[in-house]
Amino acid sequence: MRNIFAIFKREFFSYFATPVAYVFIVIFLAMMGSLAFYVGGFFSSNQATLVSFFFYHPWLYLLLIPSISMRLWAEERKTGTVELLLTLPVSTTEAVMGKYFAAWAFAGIALSLTFPMWVTVNILGNPDNGVILASYVGSLVMAGAFLAIGSCVSALTKNQVIAFIVAATICFMFTMSGLELVLNFFRLWAPDLLIETIASMSFLSHFRAIAKGVIDFRDVVFFGSLISFFLFANVVVIDAKKGA
Amino acid sequence: MVAMIELENLSKTFGDLCAVDGIDLSVSKGEVLGFLGPNGAGKSTTMKMIAGFLEPTGGAVRVVGFDVTRNPVAVKRRIGYLPEGAPTYGDMTPRRFLNFIAEIRGFGGKDRRAKIAEVVDTVILSDVLDQPIETLSKGFKRRVGLAQAILHDPEVLILDEPTDGLDPNQKHHVRNLISTMSETKSIIVSTHILEEVEAVCTRAVIIAHGRLLADGTPDELVACAPNHNAVVIAVGDKYGDVAAQKLISVNEVHGVDGIGTKDGISRLRIFPKPGKSIIQPISEIMKAADIEVSQLYLERGQLDDVFRAITTGRGKKEEIAGA
Repeated sequence: MRNIFAIFKREFFSYFATPVAYVFIVIFLAMMGSLAFYVGGFFSSNQATLVSFFFYHPWLYLLLIPSISMRLWAEERKTGTVELLLTLPVSTTEAVMGKYFAAWAFAGIALSLTFPMWVTVNILGNPDNGVILASYVGSLVMAGAFLAIGSCVSALTKNQVIAFIVAATICFMFTMSGLELVLNFFRLWAPDLLIETIASMSFLSHFRAIAKGVIDFRDVVFFGSLISFFLFANVVVIDAKKGA
Repeated sequence: MVAMIELENLSKTFGDLCAVDGIDLSVSKGEVLGFLGPNGAGKSTTMKMIAGFLEPTGGAVRVVGFDVTRNPVAVKRRIGYLPEGAPTYGDMTPRRFLNFIAEIRGFGGKDRRAKIAEVVDTVILSDVLDQPIETLSKGFKRRVGLAQAILHDPEVLILDEPTDGLDPNQKHHVRNLISTMSETKSIIVSTHILEEVEAVCTRAVIIAHGRLLADGTPDELVACAPNHNAVVIAVGDKYGDVAAQKLISVNEVHGVDGIGTKDGISRLRIFPKPGKSIIQPISEIMKAADIEVSQLYLERGQLDDVFRAITTGRGKKEEIAGA
């Protein structure tokens, strides 16, 4: 636990030691805002909700989260510091967790800085703050799932560009898997069970379910097990590289 | 003496490439072992396996009795490791970096501050403590890496090319540091600077193609040099041939080589038979023949020659010694 925290701190502050954190946060907020206002029609919908704001989160994460996760392991491999990290008296699991939680906390901070949206909507009307809170939780958990995928992919390569593209692609598939566009393709030949499985993997459906204000046990389990699975895979990948 | 580091038939293959091919080795407390070998010989791979960064394909590594595969964290706790190139987190300052290392090594509060202060003092880092590591010179970066390795005063130190890229003063400093620490630790140092081996190591092994080809004290290895204990004399060039004939007839002499004539002076290198001393008979026979010798000295042999002979496969230790 102490080791996880030490690695967490090192990783977390390294975001702020370089311009990465500030560039990321500024772009994140600018895109969040403009999507909600211009594309989502925040004002023209004339409703005191943040639906138009949260609607675009999965799509924005698709672009931005892999840019946080791509460096997690790939950069350490490139600079050789992975050799330092993995010869310190920490287990691989502790290293994976420490780095992952640092990235997640960073994403959480970026997300929390969108609070002026919440303030605005409360000034303009009387939104259901319970729904908004649930949406924030859902968004954070979804970001966690994207990050777990990205972290695992990052461990596979020392090239950050590859880490980015591959993670974005996998996240894209998870996001899209509930849409008719994708499912229709499988309906032609796949058994119902497979289609249902694919549909149930959709980030979009799980996120929208939570964003409606209902934190359903199944959605929580879905994201929780997905994160656990990819972090476990992350540990396996790193241990496998030792033996390679 | 108890072996602190034991390698047992250690091997590592990467696909088809056999990087380390069955190395047996044990290092005791107080020893400074030099790993010698050409690039790609398997030195770094072996060190990475001892430090627990790579898993052996076969064989075992034990550090202070703990098996590195079965008990990696116990081993890592007792090892200080400086990886090749001394990688560190460039965006951190040495202060933050050492603080992180100390935290991971389990030092808290007062203890941590004391340990960091001590190590900063040892490797002389105080001037650059608050500059990002990536802005530091190569020498300082290397020292930060070294500080990280010795911070917890480990029983076993694995240093992969600790003086690579340092200037002569810095090299001297690092060597002194290694010598000072050696009493209470087992240290493995890899290098291809051979003078370094003679300066700091109590024992040296030569590795090539993943195999251990020679093992001994630096003096023993030097004794394998082709010209170890050979005598070089300089005589006027008109006496060159006569001198050679006289010398070859001496009992203890194994052979005589002309090594060139310059400015009217001929130089001859005289090789002794194994274990014989030839300085005395040479000077006697030259006196008897009335040949004036303007120079006479005993060659010690160069570790470089031994290294080259062994690693280019021109023969094994024994053959060289008998040559």
